[in-house]
Amino acid sequence: MSDLLQLTAAQAAERIRTGELEPEALWSAYRERAAGDELNAFTWVAGPEAPAVPKEAPLGGVPVAVKDLFATEGIPSQAGSKILEGYRPPYTATAVERLHSAGAPVLGKTNQDEFAMGSSTEHSAYGPTLNPWDRTRVPGGSSGGSAAAVAAGTAPWAIGTDTGGSIRQPAALCGIVGMKPTYGAVSRYGMIAFASSLDQAGPFTRDVTDAALLLGAMVGRDPRDSTSLALPDPIALPSASDLRGVRIGVPEELTGEGIEPGVLARLEETLDLARELGATVETMRLPHAPHALAAYYLLAPAEASSNLARYDGVRYGLRADGNGDLLHMYTATREAGFGAEVKRRIMLGTYALSSGYYDAYYGRAQKVRTRISEDFKTAWESFDFVATPTSPSVAFELGAKLDDPLAMYLNDFCAVPMSLAGIPAISIPNGLADGLPTGFQLCGPAFSENRILDAAYALERAIGFDGSGARA
Amino acid sequence: MSGWEPVIGLEIHVQLKTRTKMFCGCELSFGEEPNTRTCPVCLGLPGSLPVTNARAIHYGLLMGMALGSELAPRSIFHRKNYFYPDQAKNYQISQYDIPLCSGGRLGDVRLHRIHLEEDAAKLVHVGESGRIHGSESSIVDYNRGGTPLAEIVTEPDIHSAEQARDWLNLLRVTLRQLGVSDVNMEEGSLRADANVSVRREGDAKLGTKTELKNMNSFRFLMQGINAEVKRQVALLEAGDRVVQETLHFDPVSGRLSPLRSKEEAHDYRYFPEPDLVPVVPTEAMLAEAREALPELPADRAQRYERDWRLPADAARLFAFEPAWGDYFEEAATAAAPLEARPVANRVTELRGRLDAGADPFVSNVPASATAKLAALVAERRITAGNARKVLDVMVAGGGDPAEIAEREGLGAMEDDGELAAVVARVIADHAEIAERVRGGNAKAIGALVGPVMRETRGRADGGEVNRLLREQLGV
Repeated sequence: MSDLLQLTAAQAAERIRTGELEPEALWSAYRERAAGDELNAFTWVAGPEAPAVPKEAPLGGVPVAVKDLFATEGIPSQAGSKILEGYRPPYTATAVERLHSAGAPVLGKTNQDEFAMGSSTEHSAYGPTLNPWDRTRVPGGSSGGSAAAVAAGTAPWAIGTDTGGSIRQPAALCGIVGMKPTYGAVSRYGMIAFASSLDQAGPFTRDVTDAALLLGAMVGRDPRDSTSLALPDPIALPSASDLRGVRIGVPEELTGEGIEPGVLARLEETLDLARELGATVETMRLPHAPHALAAYYLLAPAEASSNLARYDGVRYGLRADGNGDLLHMYTATREAGFGAEVKRRIMLGTYALSSGYYDAYYGRAQKVRTRISEDFKTAWESFDFVATPTSPSVAFELGAKLDDPLAMYLNDFCAVPMSLAGIPAISIPNGLADGLPTGFQLCGPAFSENRILDAAYALERAIGFDGSGARA
Repeated sequence: MSGWEPVIGLEIHVQLKTRTKMFCGCELSFGEEPNTRTCPVCLGLPGSLPVTNARAIHYGLLMGMALGSELAPRSIFHRKNYFYPDQAKNYQISQYDIPLCSGGRLGDVRLHRIHLEEDAAKLVHVGESGRIHGSESSIVDYNRGGTPLAEIVTEPDIHSAEQARDWLNLLRVTLRQLGVSDVNMEEGSLRADANVSVRREGDAKLGTKTELKNMNSFRFLMQGINAEVKRQVALLEAGDRVVQETLHFDPVSGRLSPLRSKEEAHDYRYFPEPDLVPVVPTEAMLAEAREALPELPADRAQRYERDWRLPADAARLFAFEPAWGDYFEEAATAAAPLEARPVANRVTELRGRLDAGADPFVSNVPASATAKLAALVAERRITAGNARKVLDVMVAGGGDPAEIAEREGLGAMEDDGELAAVVARVIADHAEIAERVRGGNAKAIGALVGPVMRETRGRADGGEVNRLLREQLGV
């Protein structure tokens, strides 16, 4: 087992291809680890029998852990919520279907903040997930289960979703790679929605090569999602060994106040490495970035208030007794089925869309969103990439921010601007601060996934992060 | 009610005749077992996403072009949020501030807008009331949920229940001819709500309006509007005010009752549907709609009056029943250079002999035979009366009209001498009447025409019979 565990997904797939490794052996090894998971990273684990994988499948049969909110036929898909307890969809999400046919069968479903609302995976109806680096700390969120599973080696790789940092921030806090592609790159069909105009699926992996491999199998236009897009080029495996000619901008607004000194120190060191690899690194401005979080916390809850209206007890999931009255069935079901954070955001969003407040809240937030997109467009005139810390802090202690929603929201301070702009961004492990992982975020223009992966690959080798400590 | 002018606007929902639903691939339902025409999308299952039906957009463009609307170069869908089990997602995807079509006109009524949306599911309330309040339980059939709807909103250009009915019929025929809908009120593929207000004749300012719902036949529409106009006039004449509210028409009692105000107190929290991309009609989509555009009833009626010189009622009849219009045109063309008007008369007579809604092209009477029959009458080889008898034979078993007339002895009398002899005999047999005519009672001559026609079995020309009677009576 220990040998298998050291392999990246790409290496395991290669060994399966050459016949050195039986896919069934890999399945069994990871399935047993997932079944014995002590971090509460999984909400469901597949049975022992290895699924049949076609011999030529590009992902070789390397199993994948899937965030709970992806609909998987016949398999619980609860989005971390009590209101969907025991819900088994009659269909499978496009992204999961694509991975399956590419040779990555579903190993298990992973824990998450309820409906992806949170940055710690503590807002799950199925209990918090623990950070494999320090089990008294959170793994980040909302895709904390996927991040913890990959970091702990209970899954070779995983997928999650990112609405305002829900892939990148937990990847950073768990010391692994996480990528949010361009909005529309991966079909949202079958992803239980949080905020439709922001939700994007992406990979969690041990290294950048695995991220490219997994992402490459997920992307593509899907006729079932009219907001999905075909990437201009297929995702290629990264190969850059230097960053010659690459211009990196570092926004003042996202590297100042509120960022822990240890996190900033690691950022500076990596920027130095980038220079050594031939990049130019300059400070620049994203003037509207400081308003991103405020705009996000109007737009995302507004969409969520509507997306979550369907959980009413009529058709599926939890139904609470309403004493024979429709309105009371609605309210009793939602009162019992939703957690506090979800209720908070439904109320925020309902308010923001209310007649008389729409222009002041939703309307203005949309304008801020446009400005933020324009900030980035201006940046691309002078820079290839923008670099920031992924998260302002390292993993925090369980319970530390549960009673302080604003402190929790600030976790995504550096991640939300890219979500609002719909642009691709990656987080790679960026060394430890106080013994805990930090993340380095690199983002580029829409559809620049291949360039981002190449640059991240070169930096990853220069940083030389060792994540094996979490896989013990 | 004199001195008051009703002001009426209509809001019409039309189910589009696409193969599949508005936002998913389920086929439309026509009475299938409940909840068999459903999928994750129209059931609103977690994670499912809508995709706009291209055919519905095509039909929308077709309607807009036919009704002279302005077509939006870019229109979007919104979410209309409200909790009710007839919407699986608890929101309806509809168009809001940027509809597909704006403005337009049909006949004498201006259009405000046409937009696309999805239909609601069907709720059945179990229990006495038949409405959700007070029912023991409710069951939902999602087969209808997601059926494409076009909502057509008129300007308040209608001023009577009769005008509303006639205009709605014009709309119905127009939409049927466009092929976009079955437009059947009884089956619910055409639903009309009416906004009704009244004002003093000559007033420019509109009165307070009420919205009338659930009038699911032309008769109920007229009943509802008439009852509401009467109610409002009575209120205003008594010095009371009309309250803006929604009224529900009860077809059993024919009465209007207000919906509970709680049911209407909605803040729909409209916002742009983030799951859908904007509708941007391409040049190809516009060209496809233009090509598919048939001649519309109003245009066709005008053409029949202008080119074929038909009276207005015949022109309207053939324009509103396009199959009969096509049949008439074929017969009139075959009968040329004969005038079209007598051909139209023969076609109208044929229509009266077939079952309502029958297709004349599959009857026993080809248009060429009808043309021939019209020609026989015009050439006075058969009387109009006997032409109807020939037509009866043709409808029953087909055949050539001249041969039938010959065989049945229905041909016009060619020998005037024979007719003169019959006339003389009838005058002799009815000496008393003849005396009255001679004595100055011109009207009495009619009493002699009948016996002549009987004797000649309708083969005599009415004009000629009259002439001979007068000649022989010396009047």
